[in-house]
Amino acid sequence: MSDLAAGTTGRGALDDLAALDASAARDTRAWRRWLRNPNSLIGGVIVLLVVASALTSLFWTPYNPLAVDPAHALAGPSLHHLLGTDEYGRDVFSRLMASSQIALFVGALSVLIATVIGIPAGLLAAQRPGAIGQVVLRLADILYGFPALLAAIVLAAAFGASKTTVVLAIGISYIPVFIRVTRSNALVVLNSEYVLAARAYGRRPLAILRRHVVPNIATTIIAQMSLLFSLTVLAEAALDFLGLGTAAPAASWGTMLQSSQNYLGNDALLTVWPSLAIVICVLGFSLLGDGIGELRDARSRH
Amino acid sequence: MSLLEVRNLNVSSGALSLVGDVNFEVDAGERVGLIGESGSGKSLTALAIMGLLGEGLSASGEVRFDNEDLLAASERRRCELRGSRIAMIFQEPMSALNPTRRIGDQVGETLRIHQNFSRRASEKAAIELLARVEFAEPERYARMYPHELSGGQRQRAMIASAISCDPEVILADEPTTALDVTVQRRVLDLLDRLVDEEGCALLLIAHDLAVVSEVCDRVVTMYGGHVVESGSVAQIIDEPHHPYTKALLATSRALSVTESASGADLPSIPGTVPSAGQFPRGCPFRDRCDRSVEACVEMPPTLTEDTRTLACWNPVERVERVSDGAR
Amino acid sequence: MLVALWGASLLVFVVLNVLPGSPAQVILGTQATPQSVRQLTIQLGLNKSLVRQYLDWIGGLVHGDLGVSYISHLSIGSQIAQALSVTGPLVLFALVIGLAIGLPLGFAGALRNGRFSGSLIGGLSQIGMAVPSVVAGLILIIVLTVKLHVFPTSGFPGWSDPLQALRALVLPAFSLGLVEGAILSRYVRASILEQLRSDYLRTARSKGLRVGQALRRHGFRNAAIPLVTVLGLELASLVVGAIVVENVFALPGLGLLLLDSVNNRDLITVQDTAMLVAGTVLVLNLLVDLSYRLLDPRLKGSS
Repeated sequence: MSDLAAGTTGRGALDDLAALDASAARDTRAWRRWLRNPNSLIGGVIVLLVVASALTSLFWTPYNPLAVDPAHALAGPSLHHLLGTDEYGRDVFSRLMASSQIALFVGALSVLIATVIGIPAGLLAAQRPGAIGQVVLRLADILYGFPALLAAIVLAAAFGASKTTVVLAIGISYIPVFIRVTRSNALVVLNSEYVLAARAYGRRPLAILRRHVVPNIATTIIAQMSLLFSLTVLAEAALDFLGLGTAAPAASWGTMLQSSQNYLGNDALLTVWPSLAIVICVLGFSLLGDGIGELRDARSRH
Repeated sequence: MSLLEVRNLNVSSGALSLVGDVNFEVDAGERVGLIGESGSGKSLTALAIMGLLGEGLSASGEVRFDNEDLLAASERRRCELRGSRIAMIFQEPMSALNPTRRIGDQVGETLRIHQNFSRRASEKAAIELLARVEFAEPERYARMYPHELSGGQRQRAMIASAISCDPEVILADEPTTALDVTVQRRVLDLLDRLVDEEGCALLLIAHDLAVVSEVCDRVVTMYGGHVVESGSVAQIIDEPHHPYTKALLATSRALSVTESASGADLPSIPGTVPSAGQFPRGCPFRDRCDRSVEACVEMPPTLTEDTRTLACWNPVERVERVSDGAR
Repeated sequence: MLVALWGASLLVFVVLNVLPGSPAQVILGTQATPQSVRQLTIQLGLNKSLVRQYLDWIGGLVHGDLGVSYISHLSIGSQIAQALSVTGPLVLFALVIGLAIGLPLGFAGALRNGRFSGSLIGGLSQIGMAVPSVVAGLILIIVLTVKLHVFPTSGFPGWSDPLQALRALVLPAFSLGLVEGAILSRYVRASILEQLRSDYLRTARSKGLRVGQALRRHGFRNAAIPLVTVLGLELASLVVGAIVVENVFALPGLGLLLLDSVNNRDLITVQDTAMLVAGTVLVLNLLVDLSYRLLDPRLKGSS
């Protein structure tokens, strides 16, 4: 798709516009551009908040997120329990904080799996377009048949549902995405004039990958990682909701949603809080990813 | 009164001025060359005349066509004029053609829009037009898609589309720049001949003075979004008054007569064109100019003398011109 | 394509059969005598080699024989057909809703780009994309069922009464479709914006077409090319998304079938259903590739 799109941007008057962009950005440092872009600014702040809440929850939460207190079950928001309590009297706010830990943990590990396998495979496919590349692409095609949810169900059926199967399932299902993104971006670089020049004066393929390809596609990959992180949060919530991931009583946004199902009539807030947490967290990572992409586009136009 | 009169045309992006107080006119049947390096605002000027500036750009001033101010006209009125009386040829024939529509369809489209041609009639007309722009097998090419044509063929198809409704003026924005050197000449000759046959006016945008001097009657030099000099081709080529025109002339001469540059460095204009908004205050060229004086911090007024205009505090002297000519 | 399908089947089979342990034991429970376990193992064909079992399974799939559930002893084929009669309409319904929301919103977003209303649309769709369909479903239940009593909460009355059946699908379809609409609107917006900024649209305008006309004559087809891709992929993701939403609304579709079989360790049903879903996704991917070639003359004739 990108190959086709590349031909449609014209020059002419755009030359004048490019000059305009350069002038607007010349005197601005990277971080100022970061702050000026609403996407990366808002996204960055949200992600920082989520990370901070996860880190804090490691050693402090208002209440023990697992502590049962039947006397105060299903209490509404109050000064004692900021967001109220659930059906066992557990503090909702504490549970939300503890859940962010799991969301980030699952997200980080599965993105790690996807990148550690997907990026080298994508580079390989770009560097060796022959038989090896074809094999990599066919393998990626097979994995495309298994979206995160389906992969998680199969793994859960075989090994029993756990956090591990969730991480594996999400990680594996995003491998082909990274293979494609890495490959198509690497191909653009590999077909560029400066790589041709580097080849002409005798650079080895690995050196070309290290010196030219990787630095050039890094931002794109990072933007993609942030976007996929947001998708992992969605997938993890869905899996936990289905009972295919984190098991009760441990807190996660998905399990909180699941148990809230029984109280839709009398205590809708129990559904609202984890919902908000998921939406905000997902929004943060996707905005951040978009923002990084936009910053990259703005820079590459100069 | 001229056919096309550009009066105090300004193009800006927000607070940033990209084209400032541009004035020139094109008479009926006249060919005017608009020259300058890229980034001097030529293309924006042409797009402002067409009313096709991109998002975020706005034009002010006057663009009078047949004594009607286009900038004040309604979009409906402008659409009536575009294609039928004012046509434009773009720089990149590949991206300017729709990749998913056949050539014949795109060449005949203007006739369908303005002269109510049926699809069948416009197909037929397109084939005739393609023959006029020297396609050997117009029927076959009419059925092809842009990606199946060469760059020169695509640009000829664009020209065919531009002349289809017998416009009174054609704006050609660097029509040969994106083409292979070997076909530039052919496309230029074709444009030259057709403009002649149609008797329409031409505003030819180019950065190469040689191209303009061959095709045009008059030259307008732009730099930094301003018109710095204008005059007849003979006046400008033989006696450039503005240091920028002179520098442009020197570079294009040196390239066309390479043997004269034996051993000596090719002349070039020092520095590069700044980005919009980065031009110095006053005369935009003064920091690259070898003749700049103190007065240049003020914008020089545009002085009109007979048929030529000039905006420079310290124009090239006659003596220098003579010595240059002797070289 | 066949290679991908074959690879997928191998993957499903291997993952579900790597673990040692006898399904027969699981089915009969810990109280069963070794004698009866052995008997059931032979009866199910589980004493054969894995290669043989795999070939038997694939052979059955090719002939449309999906086998019999270990647990319910019902034909898996008819169970899946039953489930599809819920999931299929649900997915299509959701896609229609998604398009009905995404197309106009995307158009408006592109045409009003740079203005406040454009940014508002962009922001809304960004937020919409962050909403999981579970959340959309639960909120819809709270508002429309619990508070306003407009729709039934859950369950599916069957197609014998089509009106009631459709009514039961409305909320689930909206849970999927609202989110889908947000996603589609982003793609539509980006695609139309690309057309609006293209050189050939400017050429079309230079011929005397208004922006809207130029977009209609020159932009739509070109914008459709990437959108068809997206649509195919989104259809696949709706099939998967349906698994979750069916659980929220207790709809007896593929999702419920899958989860029930996982919980019952009914491996052969999981194997068949998972293969069906994976196959659907892969076939959709193939269709996307093919349609791409059909729409774009530049790709005609190339392999």
